[in-house]
Amino acid sequence: MDRPIRVLVAKPGLDRHDRGAKVLARAYRDAGFEVIYTGLDRSPEEIAEMAIQEDVDVVALSILSGAHDVLVPKVIRLCREAGADDVLFLAGGIIPDEDRPRLTEAGVAGVFGPGSDLDEIIRFTRENVRRKVPR
Amino acid sequence: MAKAEVQRPGTGPGEPDSERREEFRTLSGLPVARVYRPQDVADLDYERDLGDPGQFPFTRGPYATMYRGRLWTMRQFAGFGTAEESNARYKYLLEHGQTGLSVAFDFPTLLGYDSDHPRSEGEVGKDGVAIDTLADMETLFDGIPLDQVTTSMTINSPAAILFAMYLAVAEKQGVAWDRISGTIQNDILKEYTAQKTYIFPPRPSMRLITDVFGFCSRHVPRWNTISISGYHIREAGATAVQELAFTLADGFEYVKAGIEAGLDVDSFVPRLSFFWDIHMDFFEEIAKLRAARRIWARELRERFGARDPRSWAMRFHCQTAGCSLTAQQPENNVVRVTLQALAAVLGGTQSLHTNSMDEALALPTEKAVRIALRTQQIIAEESGVPNTIDPLAGSYFVEALTDTMEAQAYEYFRRIEQQGGVIPAIENGFFAREIAEASYRHQLALKRGDVTVVGVNKYVQEDEAPQPILRIDPGIEKKQVERLRRVKAERDNARVERCLKELAAAARGTENLMPYILEAVRAYASEGEIVGALKDVFGVYREEPIY
Repeated sequence: MDRPIRVLVAKPGLDRHDRGAKVLARAYRDAGFEVIYTGLDRSPEEIAEMAIQEDVDVVALSILSGAHDVLVPKVIRLCREAGADDVLFLAGGIIPDEDRPRLTEAGVAGVFGPGSDLDEIIRFTRENVRRKVPR
Repeated sequence: MAKAEVQRPGTGPGEPDSERREEFRTLSGLPVARVYRPQDVADLDYERDLGDPGQFPFTRGPYATMYRGRLWTMRQFAGFGTAEESNARYKYLLEHGQTGLSVAFDFPTLLGYDSDHPRSEGEVGKDGVAIDTLADMETLFDGIPLDQVTTSMTINSPAAILFAMYLAVAEKQGVAWDRISGTIQNDILKEYTAQKTYIFPPRPSMRLITDVFGFCSRHVPRWNTISISGYHIREAGATAVQELAFTLADGFEYVKAGIEAGLDVDSFVPRLSFFWDIHMDFFEEIAKLRAARRIWARELRERFGARDPRSWAMRFHCQTAGCSLTAQQPENNVVRVTLQALAAVLGGTQSLHTNSMDEALALPTEKAVRIALRTQQIIAEESGVPNTIDPLAGSYFVEALTDTMEAQAYEYFRRIEQQGGVIPAIENGFFAREIAEASYRHQLALKRGDVTVVGVNKYVQEDEAPQPILRIDPGIEKKQVERLRRVKAERDNARVERCLKELAAAARGTENLMPYILEAVRAYASEGEIVGALKDVFGVYREEPIY
C-alpha cells in the first residue's frame, strides 16, 4: 500500500533562522506528507541519524548562515555512509547561485532560495522522490 | 462575475464607484478605510495623547528638538571574518560618514562556542566576526578610540561576556568607563520567542541581565544596557501588532525584573532602549513607532511609578526589514529600503540601519553597503523631512491607526497576563504559536497574490544577471583556530582556571556576576570557557519546535 512521503525538514548548524523551515514543514504537512522537523541546533551527525531512524524519503535542509558549503555535503555523506542512498536531498535558504553546482555535485537534487514557491517545492518533491520499497 | 456597484457618497461626477479590491488592509491585516475624517479621531486630546516632542506621553518624539538638534545616528550593522577584516570595514564606514558602529558576531560567538569547537565547523566568521578572547576584541577596535564612537553589539545570551571584553579594551586604551557609550542587545526574552540564540534557561538568563543593569548604573552610566527588540520577532513572521505588543511586554518584564532585583526604577530604566523592524507598510510602521512611545510612557509613569521623565521617554534604533528583501531583481531592494528608512525617520528613530540590496543573497558587498548608507544621507540632507518634528501628527489616518495599534497591543497584554506573564507564555509556546500562525498566513497570502512582492509574485523577470556577492574566505576558520591556540598557549592558564572557578562559585550564589566575568576576560579566558563555567551552574535551554 502507498504510504505518504516522509520528509525530514532539518536545520543543520548553528543558524537559528527557522521561519522558512517551519513554513515548509507546515506546507508539506498540509499537502499530505509525513513531516518530521528536527528543530534547531542539529549537528550533521544528528540529522543523518534521524534520517536513518525515521526512514525518510526526503531530507530538506534549510540553512541561512553560509555554512551550507561545509554542512550540506557532510549530511549527505553521513546519510549515504549509513546506507540511505535512495533519499532525495533538497537545500534551501541563502545559497548563492555560484554555490549551486557544488551542492548538486554533492547530491542535492534541488536548491530553493528566498521567495521560492511552496507549491513548486512540493511538486518538485513529488516528482523526484525515489519511493522506497517498504522494509 | 462583476461585483455590483454600490452607490456611496463622495463619488465625483462621471467617476465609477468600484474599487480595486473588496477590502483594503495593512500588511498586518488591519482594515483601512477609503478615507479618514475628523470623526475618526474625535476623542484625540492633544495634551493627553500626543503632547509636544519631548513631552509626556512622547508620542511625537523623545526629545524637544529631535533632528533639528542632531540627526539620527547612522549605524550600519557589520562584521564578518576575523577581527582584522571587520576592523577594516568599520574604518571604511567611519570614513564614509557613518556615525556609530554596530558589531555583528558569527554564530559560534552568539552561542558561546569557541572557534575550535566541533559545532563551529563551517560557521566561523560567516555571518559576523569571530570573537574568542579579549585578544580578538583588541584587534576589532584597533585604532578606533572608544571615547569617540558609540558601539552597538548584537549579542544576547553571552552579552555580559562580550560587554566585559569591550570594557577591558577601553581600559587598555586608557578610556574611562564613564566616557564610553553604546548598546548591547542583551534581550534574552525575544531569543526564546524569535531569534533563538539562547544558551541558558530563562530565569538565570534574566539574572545575567539584571546584573548588567546594576553594574552599569554604578560604573558605565552612559551605556544602554539592553535593546529590547521587536526586530527578530517581526523577522520570524510576526505582524506589526504582535511585534509591538510582544516587545513592550518583554520591556515591562525587564522593568519588573530590575525592580525585583532591588534596583530603583529610575536608576536603570533611562538606559533601556528599543529596536524595531521597519517593514513595507509605510503608515503602519509610523503608527507603530508612535504607539510604542505612548504606551511605554504611560505604563512607566502609571504602572511602575517612574518619576524621572527619562524613564518615560522611549528611545529606539530601527532597521529596515531584512525579510522584505528579495533575491529576485535585487536592485529593487534599494527602493524598498528607501521607503522603510523614510518611515523610520518619520516615526522619530534615534538610530537607523539600512539594509543593503544584496542581503537576500549574501553578506553585503562594500558597494551595496555604501548605497544603503547614502540612502540615509539623502533622506537626512536632501529631502527636508528632518526639518520639522513628527509632521504626520494630526493626520486623521495616522492618528486613527496609532490608536488602533495601541488598542490591539493592550489586547495582547491581557492575553499574556492571562497566562501568568511573559516567561510562562514563552514556556507554554504561546508566542511561538502566534508567530508561526502569522508567518504561515502571510505565506499563503503571498501565494494567493493578496500580498504583492514585485519581482517575486508579480512582474517576474526570467534570466536575471548574476549579482556580485561578498564571499567569506574559507581559510578564516583555520586562521582563527590557530589564533585561539596561540592565545591559550601564551596566557597564564592557572589564573584562567582560578577565575573560572570563582565565577562558577559566584553563579551559585546571588552576587553580581559582572566583576567575575571581567576578571576572567582580563585573564584571556575564552568566551567558550566562560559560557562553559556558567552552563555547569545554569544548565542549557532547549525548545519544543512549534510550526
